[in-house]
Amino acid sequence: MRPATAWAVVSLRFREVLQYRAAAWAGVFTQVIFGFIILMSLRAFAASGTADSPLSPEQLTAYVWLGQCLFTLMPWNADRSVVAMVRTGSVAYELVRPVDTYALWYCRTLGWRTSMVCTRALPLLVLVGVVFPLAGLDGWALPAPASAGALACFLVALAVGVLLATALGMLMHVTILWTLDPEGVTRLAPAFVMLLSGMIIPLPLFPDAVQPLLAALPFRGLIDVPLRLYGGHIPVAAALGPIALSAAWTAALIVLGRWMMARGLRQIVIQGG
Amino acid sequence: MNEARLYIRLLETSIRSQLQYRASFLTGVAGQFLVTAMEMIGILALFHRFGTLQGWTLGQVALFYGTISVAFAIGDALGTGFDRMAALVRGGDFDRILLRPRTSVVQILGQELALRRIGRLAQGLIVLGAAVWILEPAWGPAEIALLVLTVAGGAALFLGLFVVQGALTFWTTESLEAVNAFSYGGVTAGQYPITIYEDWFRRFFTFVVPLACVSYLPLTLVLGVEDVLGLPAWMRASAPLAGPAFLAAALGFWSLGVRHYQSTGS
Repeated sequence: MRPATAWAVVSLRFREVLQYRAAAWAGVFTQVIFGFIILMSLRAFAASGTADSPLSPEQLTAYVWLGQCLFTLMPWNADRSVVAMVRTGSVAYELVRPVDTYALWYCRTLGWRTSMVCTRALPLLVLVGVVFPLAGLDGWALPAPASAGALACFLVALAVGVLLATALGMLMHVTILWTLDPEGVTRLAPAFVMLLSGMIIPLPLFPDAVQPLLAALPFRGLIDVPLRLYGGHIPVAAALGPIALSAAWTAALIVLGRWMMARGLRQIVIQGG
Repeated sequence: MNEARLYIRLLETSIRSQLQYRASFLTGVAGQFLVTAMEMIGILALFHRFGTLQGWTLGQVALFYGTISVAFAIGDALGTGFDRMAALVRGGDFDRILLRPRTSVVQILGQELALRRIGRLAQGLIVLGAAVWILEPAWGPAEIALLVLTVAGGAALFLGLFVVQGALTFWTTESLEAVNAFSYGGVTAGQYPITIYEDWFRRFFTFVVPLACVSYLPLTLVLGVEDVLGLPAWMRASAPLAGPAFLAAALGFWSLGVRHYQSTGS
């Protein structure tokens, strides 16, 4: 697919989702409350515990708020427009288009995913990063990044995380070619993604024994790697390894998704009537 | 047919229709179970690392978690119909409900009993069982009765929140997901003793949404631990009644909304 075509698909889907602003505001409010609950409980654990926390208070605060900002990055739901295409049979039109179907769907999913993240993340970022300090809630505000280098690494890792989330989400979309229904995958997959990405509790707080396993899995590339880079828990000097691993996982998942899609399209029945 | 029998009839229909889609039902149950099980793994990991939560033990927190989780599963399963109010109001379909010679509440309640909440219910019961196994409490009938009352009060509170969410659509015509912050936020906050939170947060979840009344206050009595808020025992024992009281207020708000309802026509 040519870059201009890819960009057109991404930006079109992005602007479509931007129309639903009321839902986004409700989401921001919910995310703030959840952020407070998680942050207060983690601080209570860290303050009372017998062991030192692997994350400093600032790192913990940044991890929780940025994690809430990126909540919609989690590849845990299927794009309804893709689901509808398979169910109604209009997927046939997709197949006759003179573009690579996987690339087309990948771009749609990317546009959908990034706009969901932007509509939630930007207002929340302004709230915890600007409004909280102005309102005198310094202790609860989003701390600054560990350094300028840390911020740069965070942004690079986040970009990889978005591509990774899209590749994981595409696996979900491809399975619909067989099941015609997203409910099975979208009800079972999120639980694991939430836990293994660091959304439920920050990954560094898991027992040391399971850390190598968590580091090897693709899910930490979604939010854990970017958030640890932001707070300096992974120093800038050590940033390349985890980011490269996430990128490698992304490439591998794209290859897997392509292969599954090719097989799925060979046996797909176009629904109609 | 009186209201109660009608409600049971509607529930039977709902259950039968859900069981028609066997695979969908089973994955729904498994999904609910897994999501909540992952939360529990997070709590286990935190106890593994830090050992204690401001003096509370794993067994005690498991009792808080299990109680609120079971209460939420029941309230959520009963209140699913209120979650769908936006579609009914926007499409003007609520007119049909008003035309029938039965109260709107029973009809909305009877729309669906979300069976997949069994997954969450089962997970909550398992955690409750684990709490009892860890704590080995010497409970008498009084403690067990209070625990059951607490769960019932919690279920009423969460059902009340869903009723409020449904009633608000009479004004907004769209689903106010912001209420999720109190229902889903409430069940998340209630997983821990409410004293670990900041004062403003604790006050909100005591006096506005009486979460503490169906969680912390009665459970300190069940656990036989000191209440740092210093309330007398009789108040803590009767605190779960705040759940039904909240539900009654929510139903009052609902009838206010019904009176305000203007059909979208079409």
